[in-house]
Amino acid sequence: MATTATDLDAVARRIRRHILTMIGKAGSGHPGGSLSAADIVTALYFRVLRHKPTDPSWPERDRFILSKGHAAPALYAALAESGYLSIDTLVTLRQINSCLQGHTDCRLTNGVEMSAGSLGQGLSYSVGVALACRLDKLPSTVYTLLGDGECDEGQVWEAAMSAAHFKVDNLVAIIDRNGIQLDSWTKDIMELEPFAEKWRGFGWRVFETNGHDIPKLAATLEEARAAKGQPKVVIARTVKGKGVSFMENNPDFHGKAPTAAQLEQALKEVG
Amino acid sequence: MAIGTEIAQRDAYGQVLVELGKANKNIVVLDADLSHSTMTQFFGKEFPDRFFNVGIQEANMVGIAAGLAATGKIPFASTFAVFAPGRCFDQIRMSVIQPNLNVKIVVTHGGISVGEDGSSHQAIEDISLACSLPGLNVIVPADAVETAQAVRLAAATEGPFYIRLGRPKIPVIYDDKYQFQLGKAVTLRQGAAATVFAVGIMVNAALQAADELSKEGVSCSVVNVPTLQPLDEVAIVKAARDTGCIVCAEEHLVHGGLGSLVAQAVARHQPVPMEFVAMTGYAQSGKPAELLARYGLTARDIAAAVRKVIARKAA
Repeated sequence: MATTATDLDAVARRIRRHILTMIGKAGSGHPGGSLSAADIVTALYFRVLRHKPTDPSWPERDRFILSKGHAAPALYAALAESGYLSIDTLVTLRQINSCLQGHTDCRLTNGVEMSAGSLGQGLSYSVGVALACRLDKLPSTVYTLLGDGECDEGQVWEAAMSAAHFKVDNLVAIIDRNGIQLDSWTKDIMELEPFAEKWRGFGWRVFETNGHDIPKLAATLEEARAAKGQPKVVIARTVKGKGVSFMENNPDFHGKAPTAAQLEQALKEVG
Repeated sequence: MAIGTEIAQRDAYGQVLVELGKANKNIVVLDADLSHSTMTQFFGKEFPDRFFNVGIQEANMVGIAAGLAATGKIPFASTFAVFAPGRCFDQIRMSVIQPNLNVKIVVTHGGISVGEDGSSHQAIEDISLACSLPGLNVIVPADAVETAQAVRLAAATEGPFYIRLGRPKIPVIYDDKYQFQLGKAVTLRQGAAATVFAVGIMVNAALQAADELSKEGVSCSVVNVPTLQPLDEVAIVKAARDTGCIVCAEEHLVHGGLGSLVAQAVARHQPVPMEFVAMTGYAQSGKPAELLARYGLTARDIAAAVRKVIARKAA
């Protein structure tokens, strides 16, 4: 497990390179929201999660549930770096007969906890997983990554209401707050602010942090895990397309693959 | 349960849930603020730690049920048939069916026999929606005995289930020796001139129609098709061969339910004339018996359809 900040940065850089290479090879996919989540999955898989890559169904594991299923490349890259998948598999993304579907498919991919892609469903699913863990007195914590645009969906707020009602405190939601959804900026498409107050109003304890400062993010996630009595949400402020100058804060790269020349440039920038 | 006694299917469901809860601590139950109508309230009183009333949140209920199932629980999620799959089709599709999770969706108040609440509360499309989902076991029991057995079987069988029950008290048609089998049609009456396939409350109506027709010297088969998915194609094709014409009767739209499923099986293997006793559009408020008469879902309507299909066969 990577422990130093330098190690974590190196993992995150490799994850970004995987994301770009996979999507470039596939010729389609969602680089923007995968790159904004790269440091979040790094903090989780290499610092926060109690997990065993050799035993993906270990009952006592912490669960990471990716609700924003279009960030699948970020998850696949973290799973490969952790040892759930071979690194060689990554380049088969989105190709016929690959175990790496365009959006996550838990039937096909080792370590994927939920099939996602239709937004808004992961938090409800996570509430169910967390309730089952509580019934079975398992020590597991459920971490669920949602997109900020995903929070337009009414089901997210149904789940938020119910998690607080059932006092589900083994659940930590993480919002990839990159400020951009498919069509444009979230503030122009559907205003989410006052976002933290919405979560507080729904009975959640809110943490806010920089989603690209991995040690700080990991510390915030651990603080959130330890807090008891109510569900917790970490609003991670991120940059869509983080790490690649021409993708950063650019809605065009929500769901568009880089060309060969763009890929070369992007990999150079990531280092 | 004596034959002919009137018992609501949802009452049988509520009792069986408690029995299952006692036998297996992994049984959990969810409801969306209708537990006094779906009868999950009895489980809730007995096992409050394993009962989750999520309020009026059908989509969230299905998602939570999926997460519980993914973590080893056997969730039963209940609401009215209009609200599931209607209010949560995509949640069932993506959170339950795609990963093939062990979620049991048991709905009550199916069909127009809901009565006075009117068309907003009368599910006539739910079977079609449920049967459009690959891998979902879809069951429409004919009485309280079959309901109890179907619910027990669903609890004991890995995989997703949709069980559609009605609101009113209806006659028991099966004795205690009856054994429900998933995917098997049940021949209740053997005849030569035609076969009536029926589900739910229409099974009893079909038996009455067969009695009426026998007085005219017309003998017809009556086959209950409690499992609509997977469908008992063997029994359907055999009946088509044996009797040469078919009537399908269901408390559901003519599109996408029993009639459509039987027609597809028959068209593929043994084309014969068919008639359909089913809904063609939305109904209205009224007493259940009045509505069934007004919208053509009675024994008399089935008998008329049988006479018509026999005439077509002869033509």
